[in-house]
Amino acid sequence: MGSSRRRGDQLFSKLALLSGLFVLAILALIAFSTTREAWPAFSEQGFSLLFSTDWVPADGKFGALAFIYGTLLSSVIAVVLSVPVSLGIALYTNEAAPRRFRRPIVYVMDLLAAIPSVVYGLWGIIVLAPFIGPVYSSISSAVDGIPVLGWIFYGDSGRSFMTAGIILAIMITPIITSLSREVIATVPSAQREAAYGMGATRWEMIRSAVLPWSRGGIVGAVMLGLGRAMGETIAVALVIGSSAQITSHLFEPGDSMAAVIVNQFGESSGTFRAALIGLGVVLFLVTIVVNVLARSIVVRFDRRSQGL
Amino acid sequence: MTATRDYTNLERELVEATLSRSRRIKNRASSIWMLGSVLVALIPLALVIGYVVMKGIGQISVAWFTEDLPAVTRRAGGGMGPAIVGTILITLGAAIMAVPLGILGAVYLNEYGGKSRLARAVRLMSDVMTGVPSIVMGLFIYTVWTLTFGLSGFGGALALACLMLPIVIRSSEEMLRLVPDELRQASYALGNRKWRTIVTVVLPAASGGIISGVMLAIARAAGETAPLVFTIGAARKLNIDLFNGPMTALSVQIFGNAQAPYAASQARAWGAALTLVAIVFLFTVLARIISARIARKHNA
Amino acid sequence: MSIPETPTVGNDEPVKTPEIVFGVRDLEVYYGGFRAVRNVNLDVHMNEITAFIGPSGCGKSTVLRCFDRMNDLIEGARVEGKILYHGIDLYDDRIDPVEVRKRIGMVFQKPNPFPKSIYDNIAFGPKLAGKKGNLDDIVEQALRRAALWDEVKDRLKKSAMGLSGGQQQRLCIARAIAVEPEVILMDEPCSALDPIATARIEDLMQELKADYTIIIVTHNMQQAARVSDRTAFFTTEVNSESDTRTGVLVEYDMTDKIFSAPADERTENYVTGRFG
Repeated sequence: MGSSRRRGDQLFSKLALLSGLFVLAILALIAFSTTREAWPAFSEQGFSLLFSTDWVPADGKFGALAFIYGTLLSSVIAVVLSVPVSLGIALYTNEAAPRRFRRPIVYVMDLLAAIPSVVYGLWGIIVLAPFIGPVYSSISSAVDGIPVLGWIFYGDSGRSFMTAGIILAIMITPIITSLSREVIATVPSAQREAAYGMGATRWEMIRSAVLPWSRGGIVGAVMLGLGRAMGETIAVALVIGSSAQITSHLFEPGDSMAAVIVNQFGESSGTFRAALIGLGVVLFLVTIVVNVLARSIVVRFDRRSQGL
Repeated sequence: MTATRDYTNLERELVEATLSRSRRIKNRASSIWMLGSVLVALIPLALVIGYVVMKGIGQISVAWFTEDLPAVTRRAGGGMGPAIVGTILITLGAAIMAVPLGILGAVYLNEYGGKSRLARAVRLMSDVMTGVPSIVMGLFIYTVWTLTFGLSGFGGALALACLMLPIVIRSSEEMLRLVPDELRQASYALGNRKWRTIVTVVLPAASGGIISGVMLAIARAAGETAPLVFTIGAARKLNIDLFNGPMTALSVQIFGNAQAPYAASQARAWGAALTLVAIVFLFTVLARIISARIARKHNA
Repeated sequence: MSIPETPTVGNDEPVKTPEIVFGVRDLEVYYGGFRAVRNVNLDVHMNEITAFIGPSGCGKSTVLRCFDRMNDLIEGARVEGKILYHGIDLYDDRIDPVEVRKRIGMVFQKPNPFPKSIYDNIAFGPKLAGKKGNLDDIVEQALRRAALWDEVKDRLKKSAMGLSGGQQQRLCIARAIAVEPEVILMDEPCSALDPIATARIEDLMQELKADYTIIIVTHNMQQAARVSDRTAFFTTEVNSESDTRTGVLVEYDMTDKIFSAPADERTENYVTGRFG
């Protein structure tokens, strides 16, 4: 009886270990099976898959550079729009809000995060895009002829890089906010008191005690938000405008890797389909790199801020 | 230096006006920025929820839940029954696979692996897996399942399970870590084996938090679209068999109808959005209530 | 509420004498509905070290934090009575706590340097205040005054987190001095330090006394006896009906007298080790 009990212990620990290893297995399998399926495209197209802008499936040309550009541009817009707001909310809840406001703000962020991306996409394509096109148009004519501004804020398309960036910004704000808030909560109150004790105002206290202490974690949070934005598919597919172009004009339509996959998958076959799966592989690798980088930045800054 | 201090203007100096103008303005501006950020975030939330409720509520009727999708989508009529059933079945199927596996994985990380190299790798990879885009999960299941076995609800459930797994692992691990060691030692002292201790003492102690994390994972999975597009197909009629034949889901219906130029399609998309948001919020609020109740129990 | 031209206490006794820095009058501190401290009356004299002693929970730190309005940072904290700083009520509505904290520095229980370089830690306060003049000189002067210059002059740009606990605490003292305060509040500054580091800080306090007024909270009676000129003894009272504890000031006098011939029996019990 004793030995069967001990076997129970061993069995259970094996089972737990296997479940843990499952994660590693899945990640490896994702990399293997998608790469294998995409291989015809990789071997046929070579580096032109990544560095060519010619995407003409009918002619067997699959250059995805424009989509890679669109993914990066829309995600960067999202981060630029989202970071000031996310950081503001995180600082407000932890440093400025009366205690009774804190929980409601967290709830609101939860709801914002809970809305499915396809619903944001639906709202974006039917409500936001028609409304914002004319706004773009008037901004575009206002900055017309001004160097840099005139090149960037050009166009009048409701479905565009910018609209995709706005929708993505809404979606990643709860993520960056909640991660930053967790990091800010770890700032020792001794640090706050030290700054206040020297005659700092609240803002000076935030700048000198809270932000330096949590900088690493906030950078990590922003990068995780960036990773999420780059992988987001459905909302972007609905509002980015589906046009394979590389342009500095934010108010013109573009396309992203994830959006191309989901929009063209149904009508694809053969090398075309392999190329779309290949885009998925690229997306997978890029988001893994961003995520690993984000985590390691967090760890490194944490050590440094504690003087280790 | 103290001897020469002059107190004649002390009173005036201690009153607000002596703080330099720029310092005061910066402090005020930062307060406006912080509060303003909260208000800015409320705008899209209010707008999206407002539109979904306003435009979706007109669709909701008995037929909405019971009837099949219409054959001709540009005309009004028909229901969303197959998609509602599909979303529920596929999400439940995913949960049945991912939740036990995720909790066991968390048990490994917190109770067995600890700080070992392997456990650290699993932990890091779970974090990384949380960041893998859902469309990649969809492509993955397409290549390993759908290509061989064809379109089915089960394929979608597999893809959603891949999304849920790392979330369940990490949130459950957090909860297990909160269980005080004294509880484990008390159980060992009674002669309980480790696995019995985990099953009868540790997991029940953490159950509230684990359930709350599972609810959030389910809420997130139920709203996903991209993993389903390649794996479940687009059925028009009700199919309750997860393993055979195409199915459909609310998110897929929203995606398809949102792009259609017809008013009836768009109305259907809003109705499906309202239904989906209601399901997702239900799980989110449930998770909140459960975790709030736990917090209260701990404080008492 | 306006500030009277010649502030007076209840019995019309003028308090604006040069050697008195703080006059505390009927001070009470509340957290929410709970009264943490009551009935504190004492005068803090210029260029002296005043020690607050008493068992834990007696409110000595709470009272200390009233002098630079750090209690403002705690939600629900409320102060009644008066703290007169050279005759001006620090809790008057018009007083800006930020200005108060510039004049009244504070050193905390645990050393809390910022995760920045040694130099930037010291320069922080002067930069805030927009001090003109050579920052390098200010930093050097402050570090010299805190008896830390020789130990750190070659590593000013290194992180302050790399210093030992005792060095960190002297750095925090230097950081407070750099703002040129009149008063330095010390909240159990040696509780996290070893005896050698403690002795260095105590020596330092004796030197700083010439230029600053120091108030120190300590749980260590010997420390109070060694360093202070005057001592205030606090204790807790149990409120029988609500089962809460409130801190009260029992006795305040010259340190010699408190430790050799206290007037109150509770003080005597405490300093002779019979209680607490």
